[in-house]
Amino acid sequence: MTILVCAVLVLVAVTGTVVVTTRDPKAQAVTLSVYGLVLALLFFALQAPDVALSQIAVGSALVPLMVLLAVRTVGKGVGKGRDAK
Amino acid sequence: MTSWLAYLVAAWLLVVGLYGVVTSHHLVHTVVCVSIAQSSTYVLLLGIGYQNGATAPIFGATTPPGTAVVDPVVQALSLTDIVVSATVTALLLALAIQVHRRHGTVDPDELHSLRG
Amino acid sequence: MTRRTRLLVFAVGGLGLLVVLVIAMAGIPGFGGGLHPYRDRAVAAGLAQRTPNVVASVNFDLRGLDTFGEELILLASVLGAATLLRTTRTERRREPPAPRSLPSTVLAGYLMLPVTLVLGLDVVVHGHLTPGGGFQGGVVLATGLHLLYVAGSYPALRRLRPLDWYEYGEAAGSGLFALTGLAGVVAGTGLLSNLLPHGSFGSLLSTGTVPLLNVAVGIGVGAGVVVLLAAFLEAEVATR
Repeated sequence: MTILVCAVLVLVAVTGTVVVTTRDPKAQAVTLSVYGLVLALLFFALQAPDVALSQIAVGSALVPLMVLLAVRTVGKGVGKGRDAK
Repeated sequence: MTSWLAYLVAAWLLVVGLYGVVTSHHLVHTVVCVSIAQSSTYVLLLGIGYQNGATAPIFGATTPPGTAVVDPVVQALSLTDIVVSATVTALLLALAIQVHRRHGTVDPDELHSLRG
Repeated sequence: MTRRTRLLVFAVGGLGLLVVLVIAMAGIPGFGGGLHPYRDRAVAAGLAQRTPNVVASVNFDLRGLDTFGEELILLASVLGAATLLRTTRTERRREPPAPRSLPSTVLAGYLMLPVTLVLGLDVVVHGHLTPGGGFQGGVVLATGLHLLYVAGSYPALRRLRPLDWYEYGEAAGSGLFALTGLAGVVAGTGLLSNLLPHGSFGSLLSTGTVPLLNVAVGIGVGAGVVVLLAAFLEAEVATR
């Protein structure tokens, strides 16, 4: 049991680092989603199913979706902003 | 050593997230790094509340009252934390989009002065 | 500040932070130990209210006021994000282009939609008995609705999503939470006190106000997330 927790903890640290070092925000939406799932796995291993459910719904679906939509919004039509102040 | 691994992972996530914020070239990347830094608090909280061999704090037929359970208080805190983190991320992403609309760039290094 | 100096400043600060954190963590009781004074008190209090899911008891009964604050944070941030993302004058509102998704994706989207909605409702109404609750269920419901977008049918999503109603829904969820809280004041037992009968341990209608508040939060969060995602979708569609 403890070995499982330790393994998932290391996995969390590794995937978290991968998310930060993914410089392309579009790819980051994917790695963030994976990170969210790994965190949820850790929460299940730590006997926190409530938090894990929340993490699956929020961390691996909702937030990456918002990130993806934001990336697509700012990725298009660069420099056509500057509307009336 | 293993007994402090959870806390070390939490500290690592916080510092790595901050490193990402400092070196970011894209505001959306910055926002994601902030959420990574924030996720360190979930690991720390749940790590503090964990007890070897204890079950989830949900009682029922298989877990009669009196069974050893892990700390529900830190779980409730993490739950709140996750939802607040999502809303903060949403607000920051909206700000990033607004910066792009106003200045035409999302590279923090190209944003020299604040314009109203 | 150049990137070099910034990195240097961060290296010093980050290392210092790491050292301070490690020193602080050495003082925390070790991972997996048996010393949990808050656990002991919360479990006793939750069981006294006959709530099987003690996490739900902490969130909606013992510390209901904190959850109300969280609900208000959500309301404020949805409001803020939607305001920031309003389509500006330079961006013309456009109709989204005809959807192009693989037929299998469309089928999967439509098949998953009812399953997700039922799952979300189940998670909300059993929040006091099993893992889950208003927050988790609300997010599942709201993201489930967006499977229609994955299935490529943005017009269908728009028809299913009269945004006004979701805005009212979010207000109604927060309002129901506040009214339930104020009922305690009127009854003289205090704000957000659990004044309904607790029922029998483990049954659906038990634990007093916990399921009621779960439903209130479920409505508020579900509607709020729909409004939030709608704002992001509109901004994305508007900028082409």
